[in-house]
Amino acid sequence: MTGTEKRDQGRSGYLIGLKWLIAAIAVGSSWSVLADWSALNMTQGVTEISREVYDLHMLIFGICVLIGVIVFGIMIWSMLVHRKSLGHEPATFSHSTKLEYAWTIIPIFILIGMAVPATSTLRDMYDSSNADIDIEVRGYQWKWQYTYLNDDPAQEVKFMSSLLTPPDEFYNRAPKREHYLSDVDNPLVIPINKRVRFLITSNDVIHSWWVPDFAVKKDAIPGFVHESWAVVEEPGIYRGKCTELCGKDHGFMPIVVKAVEQDEYENWLAMKQQEAKDVYETVGKTWSMAELMETGETVYAQHCQTCHQANGQGIPPAFPSLVGQGMAIGDLDAHVDIVVNGKAGSAMQAFAAQLNPAEIAAVVTYERNAWGNDVGDLVQPREVNALIVAKE
Amino acid sequence: MSAVIENHHDDHHHGPDKGLMRWVLTTNHKDIGTLYLWFSFAMFLVGGCMALVIRAELFQPGLQLVVPEFFNQMTTMHGLIMVFGAVMPAFVGLANWLVPMMIGAPDMALPRMNNYSFWILPFAFGMLLSTLFMEGGAPNFGWTFYAPLSTEYAPPSVTFFIFAVHLMGISSIMGSINVVVTILNLRAPGMRLMDMPLFVWTWLITAYLLIAVMPVLAGVVTMMLMDIHFGTAFFNAGGGGDPVLFQHVFWFFGHPEVYIMILPAFGVVSAIIPTFARKKLFGYDSMVYATASIAFLSFIVWAHHMFTVGMPIAGELYFMYATMLIAVPTGVKVFNWVATMWQGSMTFETPMLFAIAFVILFTIGGLSGLMLAIVPADFQYHDTYFVVAHFHYVLVPGSIFSIMAAAYYWLPKWTGNMYDETLGKTHFWLSFVGVNVTFFPQHFIGLAGMPRRYPDYALQFADWNMVSSVGAFIFGFSQLLFLFIVIKCVMGGKKATDEVWDGAEGLEWTIASPAPYHTFSTPPALPERATA
Ligand code: HEC
Ligand SMILES: [Cu+2]
Repeated sequence: MTGTEKRDQGRSGYLIGLKWLIAAIAVGSSWSVLADWSALNMTQGVTEISREVYDLHMLIFGICVLIGVIVFGIMIWSMLVHRKSLGHEPATFSHSTKLEYAWTIIPIFILIGMAVPATSTLRDMYDSSNADIDIEVRGYQWKWQYTYLNDDPAQEVKFMSSLLTPPDEFYNRAPKREHYLSDVDNPLVIPINKRVRFLITSNDVIHSWWVPDFAVKKDAIPGFVHESWAVVEEPGIYRGKCTELCGKDHGFMPIVVKAVEQDEYENWLAMKQQEAKDVYETVGKTWSMAELMETGETVYAQHCQTCHQANGQGIPPAFPSLVGQGMAIGDLDAHVDIVVNGKAGSAMQAFAAQLNPAEIAAVVTYERNAWGNDVGDLVQPREVNALIVAKE
Repeated sequence: MSAVIENHHDDHHHGPDKGLMRWVLTTNHKDIGTLYLWFSFAMFLVGGCMALVIRAELFQPGLQLVVPEFFNQMTTMHGLIMVFGAVMPAFVGLANWLVPMMIGAPDMALPRMNNYSFWILPFAFGMLLSTLFMEGGAPNFGWTFYAPLSTEYAPPSVTFFIFAVHLMGISSIMGSINVVVTILNLRAPGMRLMDMPLFVWTWLITAYLLIAVMPVLAGVVTMMLMDIHFGTAFFNAGGGGDPVLFQHVFWFFGHPEVYIMILPAFGVVSAIIPTFARKKLFGYDSMVYATASIAFLSFIVWAHHMFTVGMPIAGELYFMYATMLIAVPTGVKVFNWVATMWQGSMTFETPMLFAIAFVILFTIGGLSGLMLAIVPADFQYHDTYFVVAHFHYVLVPGSIFSIMAAAYYWLPKWTGNMYDETLGKTHFWLSFVGVNVTFFPQHFIGLAGMPRRYPDYALQFADWNMVSSVGAFIFGFSQLLFLFIVIKCVMGGKKATDEVWDGAEGLEWTIASPAPYHTFSTPPALPERATA
């Protein structure tokens, strides 16, 4: 091959390289115009912190893309031009101290550039002092419990929050509606522009409480209480998820937070406190079998069905059947006891912490008289209450 | 050359035994390498089928094929089998085949132990897989098996899982001791450490990592066993224990483990790129130092997997900074590979295609890893599909592509036949497209808010999940083509020359193709050193 031939081949190599590069840029930019970013990117959220986190994310993302474009650009150029098929002869260099120093030291400066804003954001996130409201968030298999902490225990509002989407929707027997798997029966309600502190813990396995719009994600760990906080700036409904594998229904314990104006929040809280009082009074009255069965069915569907199943048959051996066998048709006291106190070391929780005595009485009665279990007896809320009080 | 002639002579008296017992009793590094590689491929298919069950279920919202309990078993078993059954044994198989041939040793230093360390594996994985048929099902607590989900709340099969992990650990430790002893004692006379091919270097360092951390894994599963059966409460908060302790111990093993799965890949790629660029590896010394620094750093960054467990801020900051540091030596490696390609005279046979794809896609995984190191942002990424995308980018087009590149690169040496280049390239392009279609959209799904290990999801994630599932099936089924190509190559094909590739350097290319049953019974004379 003569010198000119070689040079010509070299030049056509560069031309091919250039053409490919232009094509790649064209495809890349038209794609980014078409894409709908909100469905593809992190949310900016509704708190100062969440926006800071978003900016940080975009900054690092930008730096990474830039590094990628430079490194891959050089590689691709080299692949298009330094080919044997184009007659390119291999060079013989195999190291360059200067270059090697450069690409060790320059990245260190880039990293420092990332670490500085990251550190300052993290400091802000970790400052959870001066809260206006404290809410305990407690993970259960597979629902959340929210307690509005109050110095006066009688004023304490406490409720469970679990998935609203009916099984028919996830088993494809009914059309999936908006907010499929993202709706709960009782959302957490908080006021806007107040510093709300979440005290996060768990009753059984590890869960993780994540609300992307607040940039809050904290593991709920049995035996630990971790803090996190948010000042929400806009009223609205914000949805989150459990993000630590916690067993069978890990994907079915969503989080919904409703942020409202201060006065709306106060009304809501007052209503909840009143409700708690009402419930307390109903415990005293004598319930009929029909009333117990009706309430029992609802309680069962909300709290027991995930494990023991709608038909009571359970999923043995993990979750026992309650039909025609065992405690549900056996001794009434033992039956009440396991629901009130749970069974240590198993998924069967102590429901006294989650349900009021009326609900416990109702669900026990329901189990004894549903699905062909015809025990025929019932238990009154006041008896259940006596049991709980005696224990305390 | 004299070595080769002698081998021929040897062969006559001391070839492989016939039949099944050859494989059961073999102490030959090449046989054991082959066993490891086939075993790993079988596990790759088993783990792959589980991945396809997962992706099929996630093809659209709703529960179509499996119930959540079984879905959790699939994610758990897929992870365990791919990590411990596919990737690790594949690299041990490569080490067995290649390390003695690269350093001019007649065999591994401890051949009988080599046999044991392989034959433990089928029992370990047989036991692990048998849990799928047990009452209560297989382990369902994720491959990271966080307590107390894996202790108090675990299915009864957890005990078998623990025993299987112990067996795998014993196998790995024996395998790595063998690698260390071989490399340190059996190098051809005159081969200094800094003369060793990078694959040997990376394996030497990997073997030390394994010896350091497999006992930690054994420790953590033993603590679980005690909690489950003997009334201790290491991880049980109710008994005064600490569930977070589990995560610290696990990740003290787990983080070096991810480097165990990538360092040998660096070695493979550092062998292949110079060959097809017809140019010496750029920055050999810095490659060695970078590998060693990565290995060292891997011991002091474990809690970056745990940024959301509520560590104090000093802990978070320390682990963030230390983790970011890993980007430096990793960057050095990538830049060195690019500089090796630069001004080369490249051709693009299948091994080179896989190696280049490795560099690009592993770098993407590395960059998303850098993003994950940034604690405040990690709060949003953690345990979402963004993490799934990240570690699959470093493991599939990372580790697994490097293993495939190695298979294509050394197959002619192992079998004496060239593989079918057209089919090889087809396999590459199908895998390349499949892998990216599967995992690239998972970045978006994760950023948009879909957590990992979910059997079902909200409607806004539907489109990209569907795309991802289609990619997974393309990738999965193209591996059957790989199986076909390998079998075809073993059965016959164009004869390979001894050198195989025209730019290849290293002792393995000086022996006959296929490599005789015994090589380097007398140590080779090293080629004149090209003065450093
Ligand atoms: C998180 C899963 C889970 C939920 C929710 C759950 N259970 Fe259970 N339940 C279990 C398990 C597991 C057992 C078996 C405990 C054992 O004996 O080890 C059990 C046992 C029982 C038993 C005793 C069965 C027998 O014959 O031994 C009764 C009665 C019972 N549950 C009632 C209820 C009621 C009422 C509710 C709802 C208020 C409920 N369970 C909710 C998991 C659950
Ligand atoms: Cu959970």
